[in-house]
Amino acid sequence: MNVVVCVKQIPDPATPGALDSGTHTLKREGKLILDESDSYGVEMALQLATAAGGGEVSLVSMAPNDEVSGLRTALAMGAAKAVLVSDPALQGSDALTTAKVLAKAIERAGGADLVIAATESTDGYTGTVPEQLAELLGLPSVTFAKEIHTTDVGVDVQRQTELGYDEVETPLPAVVSVTAGVVEPRYPSFKGIMAAKSKPVDQLTLADLGIDAATVGNAGAGQEIVSVDDAPAREAGEIVEDDGEGYAKIVAYLENLKVI
Amino acid sequence: MALNRIWVYAEAADGKVAPITLEILTKARELGGTVEAVYGDGDGDTIAAALGAHGATKIYATGDLQGSTPGIPAASALAKLIEGGERPDLILFGTTYEGRDVAARLSVALDQPVLTNNIDIAADGDSVVVTEPVFGGTKLVRTRFTGSGPHLALIRPKSFAAEESGGGPAEVVTIEVPEYGTAKVKNRHVEEHTGPKLDEAAVVVSGGRGLGAAEKYQIIEDLARALKGAPGASRAIVDAGWVPYSYQVGQTGKVVKPNVYIAAGISGATQHLVGMKGAKNIIAINKDAEAPIFSVADLGIVGDVHKVLPQLLEALQGR
Repeated sequence: MNVVVCVKQIPDPATPGALDSGTHTLKREGKLILDESDSYGVEMALQLATAAGGGEVSLVSMAPNDEVSGLRTALAMGAAKAVLVSDPALQGSDALTTAKVLAKAIERAGGADLVIAATESTDGYTGTVPEQLAELLGLPSVTFAKEIHTTDVGVDVQRQTELGYDEVETPLPAVVSVTAGVVEPRYPSFKGIMAAKSKPVDQLTLADLGIDAATVGNAGAGQEIVSVDDAPAREAGEIVEDDGEGYAKIVAYLENLKVI
Repeated sequence: MALNRIWVYAEAADGKVAPITLEILTKARELGGTVEAVYGDGDGDTIAAALGAHGATKIYATGDLQGSTPGIPAASALAKLIEGGERPDLILFGTTYEGRDVAARLSVALDQPVLTNNIDIAADGDSVVVTEPVFGGTKLVRTRFTGSGPHLALIRPKSFAAEESGGGPAEVVTIEVPEYGTAKVKNRHVEEHTGPKLDEAAVVVSGGRGLGAAEKYQIIEDLARALKGAPGASRAIVDAGWVPYSYQVGQTGKVVKPNVYIAAGISGATQHLVGMKGAKNIIAINKDAEAPIFSVADLGIVGDVHKVLPQLLEALQGR
């Protein structure tokens, strides 16, 4: 089974995010890392390919710059190769544009039996790209998967719902988005890290995909940010060191609210 | 020109309309023009009274989806309706599993952007401006649609209070579904819950990585029960498999606005704060005095959850 995993390289979430003062879009300069949300998809893909008795796991990604360190992490986990669409014009692209670019890149690579993505990225979290991608590729999809098993005709997926989960079956090819925690992502081994350095990363521009730069990024967006303001802050609370009586403070607080 | 016509994507389970749908209908009335509902997962008759009472004059319903997941059939039906000449200026969805799927498919079919995670929306002349919280809700970004409509926007649950308009039952119009999907629902599993639901409870007690181990989560359940509340969790311990995804409070999980929110052993990552900072009263217990959770806490105890929580439980049970 050949699986394509859509992955995103993001600024390290441990460092505070910032917005560009001109465009108000999220700053994504400097070193980018593999979005942790995507490590679940990569792991799922590797497990499904192994269970199917063979096949290749490849990565597809998009970035305004030619950063590849996040992709190397996923390659070190075991993915065979990667395609990175990078073009300065992509800066400020919205979810729909992202999906269009990824769809073209997947088609150019010859498609896949299964396309896996995270349900949403950690930095942008629109949560719409996997389903948009499926619509663009003309494929069925199952979003918010918490378990995936292969069957004779396709895959069986446990899909998260408001009330519990649905068991959904879909034929392949299909797009499946996975929730964090669906599998335990492996840590890249030393051998994996060394091997990843020589794995192919095909760097493409918009022109390679036949996409007009005027239709993407800030130029092609169907929306504009009009303001960024500080949210009203909560009034500072009472913060106390526990001296063994901290619990009594909580009890008194709850009593005051008549919760108890 | 202001907004003449707004569609609200309705969701319901077992004939009961989802709270998010009624919240959005209430807000849509305020934006002006005609408010209509679109229902992509069944027969509109069972929900006509509730939607009408919240301001919808009409329901465009797909009828039974023959087991298909809603993304393809609902989006293809709405796209067909719009191609056929119906022109809403704005289509609003809940930021829910189903809302995201249908809005995403429809955005491709109509080649329109979809703006997500919004907590407010306003008409702005011919256009629409939505407000999205970023960086854990510390900043509010307002974004305007620049193209022609229909504009697509997703609204986070609990952004607005649902209020009745006093309207009569909505007129039900069955619409054609051009395409059913091949992804089919075989079984639905409803997770058993005792006590109030996480997003409806007056008190929520949540645990995080600071608990140290999966088995330590039990005290969170016990405290929630003692306070007649619901247990919740940070993404970190859901990812670690300690508790099911349905417990998760945050951007990816549930948005909660209880009277009291108790965060135990939760540092307060952006992801978590977005889901709970709307609580009326926030109590935080964490051993790290620098933890971001204290920036939103009304009462913060800098201490060890393994000491404070058992003492608190004992005090509550002894009452």
